[in-house]
Parts: sequence; C-alpha cells; structure tokens
Amino acid sequence: MEPFVTHAGRAVPLRRSNVDTDQIIPAVYLKRVSRAGFGEGLFAAWREDPSFVLNQPRYDGATILVAGTDFGTGSSREHAVWALTDYGFRAVIAPRFGDIFRTNATKAGLLPVTLPEATVTALQDAIEADPGTEVVVDLDHRVVRAEAAGIKAPFEIDDYTRWRLMEGLDDIGLTLRHVDDIAAFERNRPAYLPVTA
Amino acid sequence: MGRTLAEKIWDAHVVRSAEGEPDLLYIDLHLLHEVTSPQAFDGLRAASRKVRRPDLTIATEDHNVPTTGIAGPGLPPPTSPTPLYGPGSPFTDPVSRTQVEALRKNCAEFGIRLYPMGDADQGIVHVIGPQLGLTQPGLTIVCGDSHTSTHGALGALAFGIGTSEVEHVLATQTLPQSRPKTMAITVNGALPEGVTAKDLILAIIAKIGTGGGQGYVLEYRGPAVRALSMAGRLTVCNMSIEAGARAGLVAPDEVTFSYLEGRPHAPTGANWEAALDYWRTLPSDADATFDNEVVLDAGTLTPYVTWGTNPGQALPLASSVPDPDSFADPGARAAAERALTYMDLKPGTALRDVAVDTVFVGSCTNGRIEDLRAAAGVLRGRQVAPSVRMLVVPGSMAVRAQAEQEGLDAVFTAAGAQWRSAGCSMCLGMNPDKLSAGERSASTSNRNFEGRQGKGGRTHLVSPEVAAATAVTGHLAAPADL
Repeated sequence: MEPFVTHAGRAVPLRRSNVDTDQIIPAVYLKRVSRAGFGEGLFAAWREDPSFVLNQPRYDGATILVAGTDFGTGSSREHAVWALTDYGFRAVIAPRFGDIFRTNATKAGLLPVTLPEATVTALQDAIEADPGTEVVVDLDHRVVRAEAAGIKAPFEIDDYTRWRLMEGLDDIGLTLRHVDDIAAFERNRPAYLPVTA
Repeated sequence: MGRTLAEKIWDAHVVRSAEGEPDLLYIDLHLLHEVTSPQAFDGLRAASRKVRRPDLTIATEDHNVPTTGIAGPGLPPPTSPTPLYGPGSPFTDPVSRTQVEALRKNCAEFGIRLYPMGDADQGIVHVIGPQLGLTQPGLTIVCGDSHTSTHGALGALAFGIGTSEVEHVLATQTLPQSRPKTMAITVNGALPEGVTAKDLILAIIAKIGTGGGQGYVLEYRGPAVRALSMAGRLTVCNMSIEAGARAGLVAPDEVTFSYLEGRPHAPTGANWEAALDYWRTLPSDADATFDNEVVLDAGTLTPYVTWGTNPGQALPLASSVPDPDSFADPGARAAAERALTYMDLKPGTALRDVAVDTVFVGSCTNGRIEDLRAAAGVLRGRQVAPSVRMLVVPGSMAVRAQAEQEGLDAVFTAAGAQWRSAGCSMCLGMNPDKLSAGERSASTSNRNFEGRQGKGGRTHLVSPEVAAATAVTGHLAAPADL
C-alpha cells in the first residue's frame, strides 16, 4: 500500500448525499478478477451526463473528492475504493461515510476524511469559486487546509489507522506477528463449533 | 455490569487486545462468493500465503449466475458443477463466466468447500449459511458482502467486509476490528395481520435513516421481534446495513434452537447440549446498557414501500409520493428532488397508482421458502397482469426443491410468473436478470439505488405479499386490495 503522509492537490465538489457504492461503481463493472482498471467504471452512470462534475474540464486533475454526507453506503465492494484510486483520487472528504467503505479505503491507501457538514460545504463553495484552490490533506497533523479560502479544519482519525496509512503497512503482515496468539486461541475453541469440511 | 449480546460475542473472540490498537477478533466462519474474492486469492499467491482454516470457510456461486438453463422442464438433471463451457453451460457473458471459473480454481487450489451451480445446496451465500446449519448463535461470521448482517438473525455477530479484509481472514482467520457501539431497536406490540418483517425493517430504516446505524451493532428486541419466525428475523437483520449498521442481531431463543436442530452442520448429541448451554447464556443481560435505543410500536405499522432511491425513502403503501418541500433538512430535500426525478414520480401521486412492469420475488432478503409461500398464497387462483413480467427466484436450490415439493412452482407458473433457479438474480444487475432503462419494478430485494437492478431501472422495495398483489394488479398493491 502506498504510504499517505500529506497530500496537496486540487479538489472536486460532489454535492450529493447518500452516494452509495453502486453509484461509485455499478455492479456490471465488478466482473474483473484483478485490482486494476476500475477507474473506467467510476460513477459510470453519472459520467454519461456531460454536466457531471467529473466531466467539467475545470476540475481536470483533481485528486481530492469533497462529497455530501453518507458517502460510500451500501455494498461492501472494495472495487469502489479501487475505482476512486485508479481514477486518481487520494482522499475523500465527507461529513460521514459508510462503515465498510471507510474501512476498505484505509486498507487500500485512500484516505477518508470526516469533517463537519459546514466545513465540507465551505470547501465545496471555495472549490466551485476557484477550481485551482489548493487543498492540503495532512494526515501527519490531522488537518485539512485550503489556505486561499481561509479554511483550516482538524479531523479525527485513530492513532493506529493513521500510523498504518503513514507507513503504508500491510495489515496481514502485522497480524502474522501474533500468529502464536492465534494458535493459542484456536486450541481453546469448543468442540461443538461448526466446521465446513 | 451486564453485557449485551454483541459484547458477549465480541469478548469471546478477542485473540489479542492492546492499548491504542483495534482488537484482533477470531472469525468462526468465512463465507466466499465469486465477486469479492478473486483479488484476495491473488494476494495470497503473491505473498506465498495459505488459507489458514479452509475448514472454517465455504464458497458458493451466486452473484453472476444465470437463473435459467440450469434446472427445469426440458433440461437434463443438473450436474455438479454445472459446466462453464459448451452446450451445458448457462453462461452467455464470458466475463461473468471467468469470475465463476476463477472461484472454482481458487477453491480447488486452496482446499475450500464450494457449492457450485448444479449442487443441491448451491444458493445465495446468506441463504445457504443458515440452511446448512453453519450459521449458529455466538459465532463471528464474515463475508465480502454487506448483507452478511443477515446471519445475525440466529444470534451470530456477522458483518460484511471488503476484499482486503477477505484476504486477511483467509490468511489469518482473524480481523483487526474496533469495538462497535450498540443500539437496541425495541419493537413493542404485535404486527397487525398482513404486515410482515419486510414492512417492519423498512419502517425502522425510514425512522433512523440510512446513516442512523453507522458505527453500531443493532439488536432487534421486544415482543414483535420475538414473535417473528426465523425467516422474518433473517429479513430484518439482512437490511441492517441499509440503516448503516454493519451488523444486526436477534438474541437466540427456542425459535432459533428449533430452526437449527437437525440441520447438516448443527451440533449433535453431547455437542448439541453443550452448545445449547452456551447459547442460553448469550442474550443481553437485564442490566446491560446500550449506547442508543430506538423504540417502535409494531401495532401502528402497515405495508411499506419505497418511493425513492435509498431504502430510507419509504412510506406506508396507503400514502402518496412526498413533496420534497416537505423536508426541513436541505440535504434530505435535495435527495428527494433527485430521487423523484430519477424515479419519474410526481409529488402527491398515490403510491397505489404507481404502475410497474416487473415484479421480482427473491434475494437474500426475501428468497426463503416462507417468502415463496407468502407470494404463492396471494397468487393462487389469480393471474399476473398482462403488462407485468414476474420473476420468482428461490434463494437456494434447496428452497427451490422444497417449493416444488409443495407445488408452489405450479402456482407461480399457472399465474404466469417465471420460475427460476437460485441466485442473486435481479437484486443487483450483475447477471442476465436486469431491468432495462425506464422499467419499473416492485422488488422484494434490499436496495432501490439508482441503477441497482439495471442501468436506468427504477425499484420499489416491497414485501413478498405486496410484490405478488402488485403483479396481479399491475400497480403497487397489498393483498387486501385484491
């Protein structure tokens, strides 16, 4: 996983709430068996509308998505995260995220940043007024800055997830350091538990 | 200090706990399907890792599979596995076939028990787990599918995960997880005649919203929940994720135990007694506290339908399409405007006047035998309206066999409905069963998202009873309207 320490880039406002993962990437795009190439299906239905934000040249090259509340609800498809990163996004800012999406994002190097609704709206206003507005997502200091717009907003993320993202660490490798604990747990599992074989 | 059901299961599965880190949680049962697993197996191969506990893992083919050409009149008896190539193959989409083929190869390579198409026990992953008796009280269960919450109906802590977590569970049989908050959903009173578990969960989601359960495990409690059959509990827990909660739970009781006893993977003999003793300790203690509580009165409920593009946008069937201006919250107002545009509905239209062209009965929400009985009960002696195509898709091949034994297939086909093989079918627009742009369905599935059942398709979520009555009249209707 690519480490995430701080990222500066331009942003694109997505003024919609309840953006479910079926919108982020429709099921018909989930049939690939690799992790690559999902950017093609990102917001596939909405991108057919020429006025959709991702089709507006003024937001070309944006790497931060600033979305409405309850972003990434619904299906557990991690393909939604892969579609966003494959398209070029490094961070998504929203007032609230679907639980599974948020977890998936932190496993795949996409930073989900939760900010209050008013701050998100202020960011969207600033970006719409000037798409060149630089937005800095600083995981090290847990703050989002858009200095030109006078925005400096701290965000919360737990220490463990922050450390993992900043180091770009593989979760499985971390867990396998405790393989003896797992084996000890397994020795004490009751006999009545089901097996699938 | 008492503990809740969720806390008891959690505490019993902590492999390792350290300050400032998520708990490392042991996983008792890992369910796989073809869509969210191929990249996880690739990851194992790339790191030369094995599956730690293939004996705690099963796989099935459900999301991509066609529901025709596998079993039925005029076809030879199904072979297991159904061939992927040649004249016996039901696949028309080579990309779907590739994904199913990858699952078969991965299960063979890593020694995982697979229930492929053609197998008598194949079906939707959340239907076959309980059916096989693998889903049991007190277990931790995960699957790369958000509707894993379904299994909570038996008192298991079950939640959906992404593909990176699937790989993690395959490699370690554990997951690092932060302890969730708990929310009691207490349903007092009794559901009136004609009001179902589906109506109850739609009403709950409408009340707390699609994000209301975010960060929580929901525990459904109260006399109306106790009175539900196992099928009804599965329907309720299934849609916990539509309220934003990764997991939903119902405490195990005699309904649970009698459902499980005698199933293929249920414990037997002394193990059954030992398991029962443990299961009886699981219900939340009387002095346990929840982080949040929502209370509903079941007696006030009526059949519910969705009018919008998220499952929280639901109302009683007897009401009308809402006016976006009636929403005080600007976000909710904008969402309602967008939804009505997408759904091509006008404020003030009576929901009963909304005409549909497609009716889908099936899915992990409502694809069990009880659901098919309910739909058949409405259709018996009636006809599907000429303007409507109706698909009835059993949740598993075992459900299909049971339905045929009871003659339900004959009821459906006599009414003019299509009788299919098991799979996710029209729930998600990933296999040949889809809505075309502009088509409108009454669907017993779980998501009315834009394009969920096919690009440009419009979905109204309903119970099996409402689905069947709607098929007869051609517009949203309850059995009482017939």
